[in-house]
Amino acid sequence: MSLDTVAQAIAHPDTAQPFKELGLKPDEYARIKEILKRRPTSSELAMYSVMWSEHCSYKSSKVHLKQFGEKAPKSDALLVGIGENAGVVDVGQGYAVTFKIESHNHPSFVEPYQGAATGVGGIVRDILTMGARPIAVMDPLRFGPADAPDTRRVLPGIIAGVGGYGNCLGLPNIGGEVVFDETYIGNPLVNALCVGVMRHSDIKLAKAAGAGNLVVLYGAKTGGDGIGGVSVLASETFGDGGSTKRPSVQVGDPFVEKVLIECSLEIFAEDLVVGIQDLGGAGLSCATSELASGGSGGMKVQLDKVPLRDPSLSPEEILMSESQERMCAIVEPSKIDRFLEICKKWDVTVTVIGEVTDGNHLEITWNGELIVDVPPRTVAHDGPVYNRPLAQPEYIDRVNAEKISVPMPKSSSEIKAALLKLVSAPNMADKSWVTAQYDKYVQGNTIQAQPDDSGMVRIDEKTHLGVAIATDANANWSYLNPYQGAKLALAEAARNIATAGARPLAVTNCLNFGSPEDPGVMWQFAESVRGLADGCLEMGLPVTGGNVSFYNQTGDVAILPTPVIGVLGVIDDVRTRTPMSFDKAGLDLYLLGTTHADLAGSEWAFLHGQRGGNAPVADLQNEMNLIEVLLAGRSEKIFTAAHDLSQGGLAMTLTEMVLRYMVGATITLSDVANDLLSESPGRVVVAIDSSQSEALSALCKKYKTPLSKLGTTGGDSLIINETKVSLQELKIAHTSTFPKLFG
Amino acid sequence: MRVGVVTFPGTLDDRDAARAVRAGGAEAVELWHGDADLKNVDAVILPGGFSYGDYLRCGAISRFAPVMTLIIEQANKGMPLLGICNGFQVLCESHLLPGALTRNSDLHFLCRDQKISIENVETPWTSNFSQGQEILIPLKNGEGSFQCDDATLAALEGEGRIIARYVGDNPNGSRNLIAGITNAHGNVVGLMPHPEHAIDPLTGPSADGLGFFTSILNAMVK
Repeated sequence: MSLDTVAQAIAHPDTAQPFKELGLKPDEYARIKEILKRRPTSSELAMYSVMWSEHCSYKSSKVHLKQFGEKAPKSDALLVGIGENAGVVDVGQGYAVTFKIESHNHPSFVEPYQGAATGVGGIVRDILTMGARPIAVMDPLRFGPADAPDTRRVLPGIIAGVGGYGNCLGLPNIGGEVVFDETYIGNPLVNALCVGVMRHSDIKLAKAAGAGNLVVLYGAKTGGDGIGGVSVLASETFGDGGSTKRPSVQVGDPFVEKVLIECSLEIFAEDLVVGIQDLGGAGLSCATSELASGGSGGMKVQLDKVPLRDPSLSPEEILMSESQERMCAIVEPSKIDRFLEICKKWDVTVTVIGEVTDGNHLEITWNGELIVDVPPRTVAHDGPVYNRPLAQPEYIDRVNAEKISVPMPKSSSEIKAALLKLVSAPNMADKSWVTAQYDKYVQGNTIQAQPDDSGMVRIDEKTHLGVAIATDANANWSYLNPYQGAKLALAEAARNIATAGARPLAVTNCLNFGSPEDPGVMWQFAESVRGLADGCLEMGLPVTGGNVSFYNQTGDVAILPTPVIGVLGVIDDVRTRTPMSFDKAGLDLYLLGTTHADLAGSEWAFLHGQRGGNAPVADLQNEMNLIEVLLAGRSEKIFTAAHDLSQGGLAMTLTEMVLRYMVGATITLSDVANDLLSESPGRVVVAIDSSQSEALSALCKKYKTPLSKLGTTGGDSLIINETKVSLQELKIAHTSTFPKLFG
Repeated sequence: MRVGVVTFPGTLDDRDAARAVRAGGAEAVELWHGDADLKNVDAVILPGGFSYGDYLRCGAISRFAPVMTLIIEQANKGMPLLGICNGFQVLCESHLLPGALTRNSDLHFLCRDQKISIENVETPWTSNFSQGQEILIPLKNGEGSFQCDDATLAALEGEGRIIARYVGDNPNGSRNLIAGITNAHGNVVGLMPHPEHAIDPLTGPSADGLGFFTSILNAMVK
């Protein structure tokens, strides 16, 4: 094929172009022509198609996401907000922490191992790009039913991919989720979170300022993998049949990324870059246009200089390739020699591919011929914005009107059977089979990891300052009421941080939904965003960034609305955190919070095939009071242990606590079945030495938090009223499920 | 006392190993794979990780690093040398230790807290333990199954060169539950689990691993 230059585009305005195949709509194509006042060249078309894809441009979500800015609470902690590669939060002592969560759902369905692996790789580079050393990862995952054939294909590959990549990077995996639901068949959700730490002065931004500065590409060579990943894969619904789209999935090399991280951190430490951007979705198209528009706008790039793994790649393919482990830096000419030297030390391929110019045009040449000449803002930021129609789906009124009717255990044997059924259900069962495939110890700073309520890492060995992170979503509640569901997920994540004694500081999110072209899905999305924005405002927590993943549906069936909320918190001394369980007998157990008849959306209802009723209403004032109790309980050394209640209710919380150190408990409940199985939000179990009971009462009174005594710790059984289950039996039920299912 | 910690491209646990050396009371000295310079260290640790991405075979490329030539030379003259996980693999590839580490028997990467018993307290890395002492330290690897031929196994057993064994179920299919071995001279030790991740109960399952790092300090002071 002959080269399509700007001159060609002017000379031959009527050449037919494959904009539809590249995922652009006719009106979008018309708009590109209007911007350029001519037809785009094939390279320009390639760039616009990937950058204007749903994945990159947020064209369907933008109008809603702006609420995170409009409703943002006042926060002194936020150093860099939404819009950069990741938000940055001040955690004190001169440290800044950056964290973000992203989806890699579609690639992980097509090619589970590589999809998940490059999901980890991508988010880690986002964190690195801010100037931070990545210090931990987390991975909330969702799959079809545990016993479905496709889950057996997808799950082992995804777990191995998350582990294979993260382990090789030397990043501890400190938590996540594994949830099963039939709507995730064909639409597994792979969300990956990374957190990084830096000094305030080290923050880096994606901008190409200063005419004459050099555009430097370093890292892996560019190959033919992942071409159009964002437009072809992430922005379309999978139908039955059709091509497998495997060439659109990137292939990762974690070794190259590990070296790239160390090389970049050495470069940052010597202050050798003006701006930096990683190459992720939309590859060079994204990096060059975002860097240029982040600066004054002018940049010249010689595309033929890009080092290639496959020399037959066309300029269009090079622009669209999503080959992994690449970074693009803007470097002053006086610093380039040192930059190249550090790359040589680490054996990292590095090439100067262009320079920053005075104008406001991004000009890309191929062997001297001009193939791209665009205002970079129009590519990076001025994509289409859709105010898509939305309407409350008809199912909402129907399911909300349903009365939950599930068997409630009464006799001792029924209660025991219910407990064993619940703790062995795939959603509730012990996840060690998964987490044992992840390195949680590397870097030597891991304080907490799964199965703790949150992941916690130390960031200063001398002062013992640390950060804690939790991610949560309750898709069942979001299905019944997406507005409340998002608020409840936020509250749960914040609570999971606070049980250990860390103060919640900031929020990230990964919003996984079906097709935005379905008004019902769009309504679920809009309600979720509204709920999260309102919740964050009420709780005083800024949203620092996030990610939207649409088109998670097969045919007409969308996944449950799944807004995964991540909350980051800070703890001044990790040595004094409150652990999630107790290792001795004779402690008193109390429940903080109130238990209502909240079975709608519960795991117990799910196990009985019911998904109706009304989600609980989030009471964030109560949640904030509870958080204050948890923080004060830690700092005043009242608690021996604290553990959140969420999916599976009190039954699960008690089970996890007694199995952690194999120390039992004797519990007395008034309404056994509901007390055990209800999932009312805003509850925590704490263990205290009996000498602390007055201090606990006073604390709960001060923060208006209901308190009730559950029982005491000790023995080798979990005893609930007249029901006695040996810890051994409970452990076998809880831990056998995953090995049985997945070997 | 100076203990060198080598960084290869892809090494992950170098900073952890250095921290453990310091916790044991010695000075940790960074050694770079590409520099043929041991910086006057008294002992060397090859830490865990995925050097060169574990491509070809684990440790197969690292053994050719310039720093390794010097390390092999000094180890043959009696310098204490400890290889942990990937470092153990490098030692086997370097033929400083016999046998090989292969894929775990269940083919999964495995990270768990592992009980091991110390079976030889004569090496400079284990002298602070008592014979048969059981300790709990992290095990984390994908290729940790120790394999060797019957004659080598008999020699290792007969000469007391198995320095640590897994206690309880075999985590990876290693022959005779071998978690670590030493060379004939006793100065070179390879260990699959990670003592450097168990120097403080705050960040590890115990502080049991510290014994390896206090042992080396004692050995060097003597």
